[in-house]
Amino acid sequence: MMSRLRSFGEFWYDFVVGDDWRVAAAVIAALIVTWAVSTSGAAAWWAAPAAVAVILPYSLWRSIARR
Amino acid sequence: MTGSAGALFAAVFLACAVEAVEATTIVLAAGTGREWRSALQGVGAGLAALAAVVAALGPAVSAIPLHYLRLVVGGLLLVFGLQWLRKAVLRASGHKALHDEEQIYLREVAAAGKARAERRGVVGDWYAFTLSFKGVVLEGLEVVFITLTFGSNQHDIPLAALAAVAAVVAVAAAGFAVRAPLARVPENTMKFVVGVMLTSFGMFWGAEGAGARWPGGDAALLALVPAVAAYGLALAAALRRYRPRPDAEANPAAGRPVEVGG
Repeated sequence: MMSRLRSFGEFWYDFVVGDDWRVAAAVIAALIVTWAVSTSGAAAWWAAPAAVAVILPYSLWRSIARR
Repeated sequence: MTGSAGALFAAVFLACAVEAVEATTIVLAAGTGREWRSALQGVGAGLAALAAVVAALGPAVSAIPLHYLRLVVGGLLLVFGLQWLRKAVLRASGHKALHDEEQIYLREVAAAGKARAERRGVVGDWYAFTLSFKGVVLEGLEVVFITLTFGSNQHDIPLAALAAVAAVVAVAAAGFAVRAPLARVPENTMKFVVGVMLTSFGMFWGAEGAGARWPGGDAALLALVPAVAAYGLALAAALRRYRPRPDAEANPAAGRPVEVGG
């Protein structure tokens, strides 16, 4: 039973989070920053593109460095 | 068809086609290497399981207020998109083995040939059944998610469903017509395009759901999509300078298993 629950959890982690948890963490952080900035009334659309611009090369570089 | 409807159709069609190519390879291996009847029973059971997921999630997704839907779905699409884009850039730059349906097919057929035959109920060959079932469900789940979320966000689930069905029917018909893996489909290029679309729509909807307003409204997507594509291509070009050593370069897959997923 425990091993089935574990496999179930691992499947969903792999499905949603994937190979690099930092990507998912960066997306969550970007959406929190977007929300925080937008509540102040300032333009907040830039946070998600900025996160993508930083996390994609960082994740790629880590992947290559590990090989 | 408007621009955003065209983008919706293209994104869902390409994502579904890529997953359908992978599922078709697995089903063909199960049918050719084992037994067609059980393999097709597995396909039927897999499609029924996916239909149950759609029936359960569809109304639930439609009932969520658009504001929250865009926040959650945008975030998830952005994570999915970055995963696809990351793998596509690694493959395009020679740091990851290209997805080779021919190799996957041969490996699955070899594994199927070694497995023991076992009858369970109406299923004549349990191995062929489970291989097909898993292939259809695992490759189909992401497709179901993309179809439902793109359709809900654009208020056009029928168009998203039409794109998904068109892709699956086209790929399955081609696969069963040639009775061989669809190795000539430019799968890696399609994955790059899907990664770009998911990342762009994910950023757009996620930020809107979090309260941001895009300059130009929906037209911002017309800038986001090419910008993400150009960034991905630039990263692939830059990473080619750090390709593996020449002996590994001849066959980037050497020493590493070819991935079935992603």
